[in-house]
Amino acid sequence: MLQLVIFYIFAAIAVVSAIMVITRRNAVHSAMFLAATLLSVAGVFLSLRAEFLAGVQVIVYVGGILVLFVFVIMLVPSDRVIFERRYNRQGRIALITAAVLIGELVYAVIQGRDAFVFPEETLEPAVEGNSQWVGTVLYQNYLLPFEIASILLLVAIIGAVVLSKKSKPGGEIAVEE
Amino acid sequence: MVSLEHYLILSVVLFTIGVIGVLSRRNILIILMSIELMMNAVNINLIAFSNQLQDVIGQVFAVFVIVVAAAEAAVGLGIVIAMFSNKETVNVGEIDLMKW
Repeated sequence: MLQLVIFYIFAAIAVVSAIMVITRRNAVHSAMFLAATLLSVAGVFLSLRAEFLAGVQVIVYVGGILVLFVFVIMLVPSDRVIFERRYNRQGRIALITAAVLIGELVYAVIQGRDAFVFPEETLEPAVEGNSQWVGTVLYQNYLLPFEIASILLLVAIIGAVVLSKKSKPGGEIAVEE
Repeated sequence: MVSLEHYLILSVVLFTIGVIGVLSRRNILIILMSIELMMNAVNINLIAFSNQLQDVIGQVFAVFVIVVAAAEAAVGLGIVIAMFSNKETVNVGEIDLMKW
């Protein structure tokens, strides 16, 4: 019962803040509501006993990605944007598409409800502690994907540096002599 | 007792809000934030099934999703900076260089 109450509190905060993210005029407000959404999703992770992922969510998403967002929002002067229209002209089409999507997904979840009933015998984790369990599986069975992910991050770093180099008005990237 | 459907429905709702944001907003920064919302919804799904099956592979995949989200945010925001220094705008409607 308490679990249900906690889930509803976190879910309500997450959904309301997510709606705020896409409706606020000021991008900084959107970023703050995104932080609220991400933190309450971390709470949902905790209620699913994924403590490691909850920590990663707070550290990487809120502490890393969101700070990056706020930095870029500060770099890009937004006082002109505030007085412009927020939505493009395809708002109605977007709502219809989203309604079809949510109807379809909820229908699939409700219809497939019986497929979610799993046998009661729950395997005990091989080791104590969620972080240790994740780490063991990650480094033993998924070492190659892990290394590929690190290469992806390296490429992303180089790409971000190259993209945000100062460029000439002609559009070509200026090479520092 | 919180059943699996609760988590799946929460994930569906968050994903759909992200879709609406991507399709209807004009500010590219908020479009990128909506993409982050959608990735988070996917993570809820993965971890809910991981908890239900008592199998940690779902959480390992969620780690990879977070890695991809971080890479996407870094490159996406780099593109925003490059775009702003070229065209002085963050409005996706004015980025029409490749339209004919």
